[in-house]
Amino acid sequence: MSKVILEAKSIQKFFHDPTTVEVLKQISFTINAGEFVSVIGKSGCGKSTLLYILSTMDTDYNGELFIDGQNMRNKKEYELARVRNELIGFVFQFHYLLNEFTVLRNVMLPGLKLGKYSEQEVEHRALEKLKILGIDNEALKKPNQLSGGQKQRVAIARALINDPIILMGDEPTGNLDKRNTDVVFDIFKELSAEYKQSLLIVTHDNEFAKQTSRIIEMSDGKIISDK
Amino acid sequence: MNFKLLYSVSLALLLARWKQTLVAAIGVTFSITMFITLLSFMSGLNDMLDGLIINRTPHIRLYNELKASEHQALTESEQYKNSHGFIHSVKPKSDRKGLYNAGAIISYLKTDSRVLGIAPKIATQVFYTVGSIDLAGSINGIEVEAENKLFYFQDYVVAGNIFDLKNTPNSIILGKGAAEKMMVQIGDMIQITNNKGEIFPLKVVGFFQSGLSEIDKVQSYCSMETTQKILGESGSFMTDIQVKLTRIEDAPAVAKYYQHLFGCEAIDIQTANSQFETGSTVRTLISYVVGITLLVVAGFGIYNILNMMIYEKMDTIAILKATGFSGNDVNAVFISIALSIGIFGGIMGMFFGFGLTHLIDMIPFNTAALPTITTYPINYNPKFYIISIVFSIVTTYFAGFLPARKASRIDPVVIIRGK
Repeated sequence: MSKVILEAKSIQKFFHDPTTVEVLKQISFTINAGEFVSVIGKSGCGKSTLLYILSTMDTDYNGELFIDGQNMRNKKEYELARVRNELIGFVFQFHYLLNEFTVLRNVMLPGLKLGKYSEQEVEHRALEKLKILGIDNEALKKPNQLSGGQKQRVAIARALINDPIILMGDEPTGNLDKRNTDVVFDIFKELSAEYKQSLLIVTHDNEFAKQTSRIIEMSDGKIISDK
Repeated sequence: MNFKLLYSVSLALLLARWKQTLVAAIGVTFSITMFITLLSFMSGLNDMLDGLIINRTPHIRLYNELKASEHQALTESEQYKNSHGFIHSVKPKSDRKGLYNAGAIISYLKTDSRVLGIAPKIATQVFYTVGSIDLAGSINGIEVEAENKLFYFQDYVVAGNIFDLKNTPNSIILGKGAAEKMMVQIGDMIQITNNKGEIFPLKVVGFFQSGLSEIDKVQSYCSMETTQKILGESGSFMTDIQVKLTRIEDAPAVAKYYQHLFGCEAIDIQTANSQFETGSTVRTLISYVVGITLLVVAGFGIYNILNMMIYEKMDTIAILKATGFSGNDVNAVFISIALSIGIFGGIMGMFFGFGLTHLIDMIPFNTAALPTITTYPINYNPKFYIISIVFSIVTTYFAGFLPARKASRIDPVVIIRGK
């Protein structure tokens, strides 16, 4: 039994506008190190909401969340920022790269923020990550000079820069065509198999989900299957 | 906090919208330029106007005032010691107009370390006789060197040499207005009548112009000796002793002390000319208010631009927060953007302000009232530059404060999910 890296205990979430709706109903599950988990479900079932709670960005919930054994409740805003910086890598549907910086600098930013390594080391590590993703040739371009698939790969490199214990994705292939989806999926599989990277990917693409090692299916704010 | 990293982020945001940033900085530059120009010009003007008075006014004037004796026979009487007496229509007694014991006072003043210099003076009323009419006038008998050293007499003499006054016996430097009325030139003889009706011929050796035309119409200068001769007084006679102190602020206290010590009247410059100080204060206040208003307007410009930048850069802020930048980091980024605009704009404004004041300083400004001034007066006080840079930093900080706080409170989930 490998180490538990993320544990959700009775997570409950309400939306209050316009009327109070229970979006997440007592969600509890754990993720172990090295697992490749996908969360599927229909649109509006609360899977993204769950992901944002797990990523510590959304703090308005009931229940408890442990990441790497630390309770996320009662942590201050800057402590949560530190957790996101150090322990979690995030890939969104949209790439969210900063056009003001080069690709390399974009990847380096969270690393520089962490401040664990010197600038040269962060740069070296960023280039390594870009190489793993096969886009090290584009390092000095600006993000707006890249294709959609390349941008998403840069975003993955950025998520990996601080060697997070878990990589979270919110429909990371949602904006990509079939070919690029396959590329991104292959990258995830490679990260999982070769680098033992834990992944938690929210998707509505069942084809995609089928190839992961564990599928959590949600419906109406509840987990209906976990296998 | 990693300042270098945060600074690189702010710089990138700044350069991404460099046109807007430049406009904001120009706003600051403009207001700092105007602030410095306004204050330098206004303060130069103030100094000039103050100089008109202060340069020519003694810090303390010692004189003998004609007044009724405080000691009347009734009040001295033993018999009515406990009574209250009323005496109507008391008149000043006939007394000499000159200072008593002037020589001793002067030699004491010369040993007083608070005194910068002294100049004796005789002020007297005369008539200038022009043909068949008499014009009222006044003559100041002065010691030329002392008067020049303490009151820059030379500056106000627009024609002729001041030392001719001393070297030529029975000479006079006429006020410009009086000279024009009498239509005399340098070298001409004029006649004056003293208060006893005696007529003296005097040679005109120069003209002076004080800048106050009412004075120029009546006032003239002679040497001490000539004036004593006109009045028929002895060589020690003088009506005033003008004292300049090393520190003008001491004047009221020292004046009070001298009044007591010498038993004569002593008036200090602050009491004699209080209205000028009030005028200067109000003018300075107005220029500060206008300058600060300009800066506040520039501050609103920065506020707007930062607010706009935050709306445009929502995604950037959201992703910075998602990848581990805290609210404080984002706050620091926007504050440093605001401060960069303020510091850059402020420094540019100081250069432009210096340039503009320098330009004004070169504009000819000739007025009959001010013979020593040839260009607009400017005060290049470094104080204005320090105040302006401090103000520009403070204003931009406050202009950046609210937008930065707003940016730091942006919820990344709302932005990212909203896509």
